[in-house]
Amino acid sequence: MAEGAPVPDSVAVSLRGVTKVYDNGVAALGPIDLDVRQGEFVSLLGPSGCGKSTALRLIAGLSAATSGAVKLAGGKPGAIGFVFQEPTLMPWTTIGENVRLPLKLAHMSRESAEARVGAALAQVGLSEFAGAYPRELSGGMKMRVSLARALVTDPDILLMDEPFAALDEITRFRLNNDLLALWRNLRKTVIFVTHSVFESVYLSERVIVMTPRPGRIASEFRFDPAERGEEFRTSAEYAAHCREVSHGLSRASGEKLAS
Amino acid sequence: MNSPRTEPASDRSDTTARLLRFVMPLVVLAAGVLAWHLVVRLNELPPYVLPGPGVVFTTLIADWSILSQSLLTTLWTTLEGFVAASVGGIALALLFNQSKWLEISLLPYAIVLQVTPVIAIAPLLLIYLPQQTAVIACAWIVAFFPVLSNTTLGLNSVDRNLAGLFQLYGATRAQTLAYLKLPSALPYILGGLRIAGGLSLIGAVVAEIAAGSAGAGSGLAYRIAESGYRLNIPRMFAALLLLSAAGIVIYMLLALLSHLLLRRWHESALGKDT
Repeated sequence: MAEGAPVPDSVAVSLRGVTKVYDNGVAALGPIDLDVRQGEFVSLLGPSGCGKSTALRLIAGLSAATSGAVKLAGGKPGAIGFVFQEPTLMPWTTIGENVRLPLKLAHMSRESAEARVGAALAQVGLSEFAGAYPRELSGGMKMRVSLARALVTDPDILLMDEPFAALDEITRFRLNNDLLALWRNLRKTVIFVTHSVFESVYLSERVIVMTPRPGRIASEFRFDPAERGEEFRTSAEYAAHCREVSHGLSRASGEKLAS
Repeated sequence: MNSPRTEPASDRSDTTARLLRFVMPLVVLAAGVLAWHLVVRLNELPPYVLPGPGVVFTTLIADWSILSQSLLTTLWTTLEGFVAASVGGIALALLFNQSKWLEISLLPYAIVLQVTPVIAIAPLLLIYLPQQTAVIACAWIVAFFPVLSNTTLGLNSVDRNLAGLFQLYGATRAQTLAYLKLPSALPYILGGLRIAGGLSLIGAVVAEIAAGSAGAGSGLAYRIAESGYRLNIPRMFAALLLLSAAGIVIYMLLALLSHLLLRRWHESALGKDT
């Protein structure tokens, strides 16, 4: 992953001419050029099947690009945290053990892992649930555990693949706020995949709208992330941003329909 | 589970339902035994044609020293066959999971062993192997396949995203096996073991009958065959009774093991309300 020309310090993730063609011949992605700055919160927005999850998996190294280069700054193991659409917890063990997994796989001793697991669970407000089993938790709580597991290695980059799509609106809003607070405190680079215009505008500094099949970047929108909170959700400014991005999204889908 | 919960109103009907699950089979059993008794009594059948339940029971008591000895022999064979089948089945499944080539080359023969009736293989095994070994081999042949196929299914049913997570954190093959594949496969493996328990008893019985009077065998199946030759029909029934009791106990023990291992997390072992 970290071959070729060195990546400038301020760029956390860089994609150059990246494409993905699946074995069955379906062109899922690209070519795509994308730079994500360190500490930036970027959303990839697009309809289902536009290759945004594929892009995320390429960045994580979970699948290989057909062509092009994916470069990450740093590149130490555990530099990436990944949150899937489902909580993806191991049902046979406790919450604490689930969060400890990345450390266990890195051969960290139980004693030194214990403190970090506790801290990660505290960050998502689930300290007292370390001994519970995943099935005893609600959907939103499981997603928080998933987030804690992604944070436990203190990664530079957090990749999130429609993490809140399956949750009810109340829970989703609360987790949106929590995620923003975490991002402000920890200053991680976050790449967030979503199909919700409202979620992408609410969370990100930069929204990247993608076209379906193959996924290409159609347009980009930048927002000032200074003041976001429950007030912002109902503000005229937020509504205007959402309208702007919505138009971008329908243009991106419309172009494909016309061709 | 952790949260306090008020007693549901349907609690009493739940208890009744649970009670019925135990009582109803017993009622059927009692009715069956009664019918059996009446058929023997009203037709005045002699014990060498069809012994009544009373005669079978007294035979069981009277011949207990012989029968219990045979029971132990059969159970021991079954246990050895079962252990061999479990270890062999799980080990083969793990090998197949690690190497596609091994699976392609060996799986057809595992299936051949499974589909060839063991009653037809047993006489051959008895020629080439010492009797005790042959009997265990039979139990193994019948019982290992469900363990193998269930374990394989389990190892292949790993959550794709969890597998991706392990890949992301650079897990070694051994770590993936120990922390992901085996725990995911556990419910399937236990299901396989439950089938294998009953099958290894069948394997042991088949081999004992095939060995017949030729050997010095003294298992329950051998007793049944021997009593048949001697027209000791009540003892045949008594031995048969012990065999099915053994089968039921084996099944219940394995079901209990499965419940104890899975009760904290797996759907199959959870009550419908939790």
